[in-house]
Amino acid sequence: MASPESAANPPLIELDGVGKSFGTVTALDGISIVVRHGEVHCLLGDNGAGKSTLIKILSGVHQPTAGTLRIDGAPTMLQSPREALDRGIAAVFQDLAMIPLMSITRNFFLGREPVLGRFLTRRIDMKRADAIVFSELANMGITVRDPQQAVGTLSGGERQCVAIARAVYHGARVLILDEPTSALGVHQASIVLRYIAQARARGIGVIFITHNINHAYPIGDVFTLLNRGRTHGTFRKSEITEAEVLDIMAGRRDLKSLQVDLDRLTAENAVRLH
Amino acid sequence: MSDAAVNLSAGDAAQPASRFTRMMKRSLRRPELGSFGATIFVFLFFAVTAGNSGLFSALGIVNFLQVSAQLGILAAAVALLMIGGEFDLSLGSMIGFAGIVIGIAVTQFHLPIWLSVVIAFGVAILVGTANGMLVTRTRLPSFIVTLAGYFVLRGLSLATTRALTGRTQIPYITRNTTETAFVSLFGGKFGGPLFTWLGHMGWIGIKADGTPLVSGIPMSVAWWLGLTALATWILVKTEFGNWIYAVGGDAQAARNVGVPVGRVKILLFVGTACAATLFAVIQVLETGSADTLRGTQKEFESVIAAVIGGNLLTGGYGSAIGAMFGALIFGTVEMGIFYTGIDTDWFMVFLGLMVVLAVLFNNFIRRKATEAR
Ligand SMILES: Nc1ncnc2c1ncn2[C@@H]1O[C@H](COP(=O)(O)OP(=O)(O)OP(=O)(O)O)[C@@H](O)[C@H]1O
Ligand SMILES: [Mg+2]
Repeated sequence: MASPESAANPPLIELDGVGKSFGTVTALDGISIVVRHGEVHCLLGDNGAGKSTLIKILSGVHQPTAGTLRIDGAPTMLQSPREALDRGIAAVFQDLAMIPLMSITRNFFLGREPVLGRFLTRRIDMKRADAIVFSELANMGITVRDPQQAVGTLSGGERQCVAIARAVYHGARVLILDEPTSALGVHQASIVLRYIAQARARGIGVIFITHNINHAYPIGDVFTLLNRGRTHGTFRKSEITEAEVLDIMAGRRDLKSLQVDLDRLTAENAVRLH
Repeated sequence: MSDAAVNLSAGDAAQPASRFTRMMKRSLRRPELGSFGATIFVFLFFAVTAGNSGLFSALGIVNFLQVSAQLGILAAAVALLMIGGEFDLSLGSMIGFAGIVIGIAVTQFHLPIWLSVVIAFGVAILVGTANGMLVTRTRLPSFIVTLAGYFVLRGLSLATTRALTGRTQIPYITRNTTETAFVSLFGGKFGGPLFTWLGHMGWIGIKADGTPLVSGIPMSVAWWLGLTALATWILVKTEFGNWIYAVGGDAQAARNVGVPVGRVKILLFVGTACAATLFAVIQVLETGSADTLRGTQKEFESVIAAVIGGNLLTGGYGSAIGAMFGALIFGTVEMGIFYTGIDTDWFMVFLGLMVVLAVLFNNFIRRKATEAR
């Protein structure tokens, strides 16, 4: 797993034997992963594998109950999402990304509003904010007619893109995306994936969580496979094929037995038809 | 909706819509639009049915403006709190309590009126903070948590007043005061010379001694307009306003991007408690007396005004200007029914129907505002 880049490209984030228990439930156990500049790190795993728990630790929502988290090599305990943001770690949660009744601009700058004036005249610089939103979104190939329209009027894919653009604009060095493409059609998913590639090209380290190997494989550089709170190992793209990833994800035996079942069914059908 | 397909056209010339169509669209999306229309309707309705009854004489106008203004002061703060996703049922009791605090400070402890008012606002800040802390700490619905304040404050008002004075009212608060400027800042009138001139010209009624029937507009109207302007500025222009919308729209999402959700909510509760106190100060200094029962039902009336003004009961959407129109409708209809000679019991029926209509309309607008195009 040691890569040739490791000397030139020091880790942004390292997890070392991280575990998390909720009372008696062990959601994560002994997880060690590394995220570097300009790399898309895919986290793959079935429902309940612990993917969301892992990114909540990385984004300061939860604190680990075992192991250490290192940012730029220094052991760190993130106490809140705000602290994670200040360290350049931004998470885009699929369900909690945007506030639908607020305008695109107001969402984009929420918590980091550009201001003009002082004391009593202190106010949001809405003109500049609108202009920035307009050009940032245009860069991604999304044309909004009016940045003051409610986010609720955007499609799911556009909302996802706005959320990602927001994180990138506000200086994220590590971008964590929880199932950003799972609810999207092919066209919109490809727009989001292209944007992830753009973020990587800017040197951002991306953690990309998904069920969908078709979305993960084309864009991923590194793959970590989670199962019931443990890792099945981390692989660089050169070390593993798409079919192998799928194999490990589903559990080799599951797929093999599925194949056997399918063969038997087709054979039975063939008999019945004759 | 078909023309909105430009949303996802990669590589299209990045042209914002023309200034005019954008302004039109924006104003159609404003939450106060419905209440603005309803205000015009109410005025037209009473112009036809109550045109000669005196509702639109100088005295009638001042009367309904005064009712609207007092409610509107509350509604401005309540609108902010509602947009932030909370309710304050202790509001009405806070009005009574603030009046009693001033009354006791002046009549029992012989403090100057200005200092008593300052103390009342200090108490309001404490009450608002307590409400806000209870709500944010317990994470229980605020219409349950603030019931505590509803009972405690009313009970405190009654108990302390009876213990100290043996009665439930405190009269003669402003008698023989030398603080006339301070008293008239809240309980006085403005525009006096204008009314004298109007009387001279014979455009408004005058008394036998030649002075006009209406000597000015109550200061509460100025406070109402000022407070509405301030609340609007906060909502539309400031970071804090952005946070209010976010906290009411989705508190968890707001927290995730670093908005101090608890602090925002606490400040909004301080806002409603202070608005209640301003209401109390105005009433006490206008009438010269405090009463433990003042402010009864205001916690509901202010919510009604805010809802009629387009503020969603579920939070995250609304405006202070809407709340102003809501209060104006409330005051105009209350006085209008009185002037037309209809049995005033019908006012309650009207209120109930108005609220249902407003809630349905607001829901419709909310759906429109977030409709995927
Ligand atoms: N706050 C919590 N309290 C108790 N148990 C929890 C909590 N959060 C997660 N878990 C448990 O931890 C395990 C991992 O959950 P997690 O949400 O991280 O899975 P996931 O990989 O994101 O699944 P999905 O693909 O369904 O989103 C599950 O068994 C879940 O029940
Ligand atoms: Mg999950």
